Amino acid sequence: MNQPASAYFLEERHDPTETHTLSVLVQNEPGVLARVIGLFSGRGYNIDSLTVSETENQKHLSRITIVTTGTPMVIQQIKHQLDRMIPVYRVVDMTLTGSSIERELAMVKVRGGGDHRVEALRLADAFRARVIDATTESFVFEITGNSSKISQFIDLMRPLGLVEVSRTGVAAITRGPEGM
Amino acid sequence: MTDKSHDPNQMTGAAMIVRAFIDHGVQHVFGYPGGAVLPIYDEIFQQSEVEHILVRHEQGAGHAAEGYARSTGKPGVVLVTSGPGATNMVTPLTDALMDSIPLVCITGQVPTHLIGNDAFQECDTVGITRPATKHNWLVRDVNDLARVLHEAFYVATTGRPGPVVVDVPKDVQFATGTYHPPRKSDVHISYTPRVKGDENQIRKAVAMLANAKRPVIYTGGGVINSGPEASQLLRQLVEATGFPITSTLMGLGAYPASGPNWLGMLGMHGTYEANMTMHDCDVMLCVGARFDDRITGRTDAFSPGSKKIHIDIDPSSINKNIRVDVPIIGDAGNVLGDLLHVFKAEARKPDIKAWWQQIAQWRARNSLSYRKNNDIILPQYAIQRLFELTRGKDTYITTEVGQHQMWAAQFYGFEEPHRWMTSGGLGTMGYGLPAAVGVQVAHPDSLVIDIAGDASVQMTIQEMSTAVQFELPIKIFILNNQYMGMVRQWQQLLHGNRLSHSYSEALPDFVKLADAYGCVGLQATKPSDLDGAIKEMIAIKRPVLFDCRVAALENCFPMIPSGKAHNEMLLPEEATDEATAKAFSGGKALV
Repeated sequence: MNQPASAYFLEERHDPTETHTLSVLVQNEPGVLARVIGLFSGRGYNIDSLTVSETENQKHLSRITIVTTGTPMVIQQIKHQLDRMIPVYRVVDMTLTGSSIERELAMVKVRGGGDHRVEALRLADAFRARVIDATTESFVFEITGNSSKISQFIDLMRPLGLVEVSRTGVAAITRGPEGM
Repeated sequence: MTDKSHDPNQMTGAAMIVRAFIDHGVQHVFGYPGGAVLPIYDEIFQQSEVEHILVRHEQGAGHAAEGYARSTGKPGVVLVTSGPGATNMVTPLTDALMDSIPLVCITGQVPTHLIGNDAFQECDTVGITRPATKHNWLVRDVNDLARVLHEAFYVATTGRPGPVVVDVPKDVQFATGTYHPPRKSDVHISYTPRVKGDENQIRKAVAMLANAKRPVIYTGGGVINSGPEASQLLRQLVEATGFPITSTLMGLGAYPASGPNWLGMLGMHGTYEANMTMHDCDVMLCVGARFDDRITGRTDAFSPGSKKIHIDIDPSSINKNIRVDVPIIGDAGNVLGDLLHVFKAEARKPDIKAWWQQIAQWRARNSLSYRKNNDIILPQYAIQRLFELTRGKDTYITTEVGQHQMWAAQFYGFEEPHRWMTSGGLGTMGYGLPAAVGVQVAHPDSLVIDIAGDASVQMTIQEMSTAVQFELPIKIFILNNQYMGMVRQWQQLLHGNRLSHSYSEALPDFVKLADAYGCVGLQATKPSDLDGAIKEMIAIKRPVLFDCRVAALENCFPMIPSGKAHNEMLLPEEATDEATAKAFSGGKALV
């Protein structure tokens, strides 16, 4: 059959997907993160990365940064669906602002000796990663940057004795004097 | 302490709940008691302003509250206990969410110190109902309770209406705190539904409407939810523009079925003229509808040549399924008012004679026709007779879900909004009987009829007992074909007529069952009996179970096989075995 058999199968359109970073300002109340995550799982949206913390404790506001992938229509849907949640104040598509800065922090544990240990330290220096823990056979590096820089660093550590990685997920903010 | 005891705003959490009901004008609460709501039931016992309707199953309370809400425009209020009480509410909450019905549901919860301990009748109510509600709250401090209750009523009834849950642990119901009447600051400042439409967008829409050659107005439940004024404005807009109008299942009654511009319902079981008009139009004005898959059929072939204007209060309904050209965010009634005003001031009725001639040709296909039968009652005939014999009476119709629901939508003509209660989005079998209970509570002197099927009605038939207890003279008009008719129809059309588990074995004798419940049982088996039996049903001022024996294998047509376009409808006279097989070829995957 060339023709889709059901209205539901029409969703399988191969429109190109885009990755967007959304900043969501929410009332910090019990369950608010579950609502946001439940929206994504319930409606089948992707979460590539999610970061959340209280940012203005006087006003009980938290800022959630979500990196998501979808067709332009789905991205628009996600923003509308987030925006209509009762405890959500604002949703800003940082990708559309065109001037946002994104950063992620990772802690990277590498174990090894000899040349590998020297090479790991040399690369860490090149990436401006800091040593935050050291033993005679291991390092923990702290690295900050955009996600691709961190991924690149992790890939380089792999053959040098990578043990494990802990990443914070993306935080984002716009350039210039204006807030969201 | 003595000062506080004289403060009338000092009260227990349980008393606050009843006080909040009164402050929000609640006259009726549908519910079922249990351990975790006993303090609230104790308060209900000691007052007379709020009447409690005791159901037989919490799902019945939810659907009754939905029927109450939909027939009055006021929120439906439900009170149930923790654990199973709350989980039994999940279906009606989801139903109300899908159909945008305002419900306020109070659930009891185990005491705060037991939460998370797997206590008796504990469940994570806010977790379970989170995706089934517009919003929900767990109240851990009695001093938050008044604010949350007022916010709950506000959220349920404003913007796109919907169900809310307030989960109240038993110790919070016992604790004493300070109540305050509703005030503006009770509501999240982040919740600001938009009511008024953008003026520029409205002007753009008017310009498109004024230049339309082949226009159509397509409306939905949003017009009903907006209130009776919205329906009046819609009628004025149809009058001012002369445009043809169709509606979704949820929108029936906003424009009268007897109106000259009415095309009938659209969608999967809509009329040929409605669907062809949608397919071939050049300008579509969608008001308070959401381009559901039962409406659009194949989305890539949906009304391919039209510019689309979409009025909706919920921005997430815009561009979800169908890309539109002029979105207008706002309340249906408010935007219709502004649109009408601008249209009258700046535009003239466009000349669409040729379009009406085309529509007349489609109408002449008479897509709702069916062959007459003198020996067996055809379900379509039964609904036509029910309509004719109740015409002009103060009648409210509810339905269950299935073939009977579609026939009711096709053959019962609705002249006014708020008269038609049906489960559209979720498709909940068992909705209609308890919904009729709720409608009858709100309108004790009106004629309330649940058009039911023999399978659906059994899902919530225990609520007949509620109807008898509260002397609610609801009429359950069962189109009894001894099948789950719509399931059987799809099995016939799509699954080689293998009727897997769609036959109702061991049906109860509905007449005897009525007797057992202490209501009245009636039966009609021949077309010649039907009118007399319907008249008898209408005359009886008690609840009635009407067993209308209809043709077993009748199919519901016309039909757009899902995944097909509006202009690929299957009409009854064309539904030969061969044509049907062809239309549905490869269709096993259909949903």
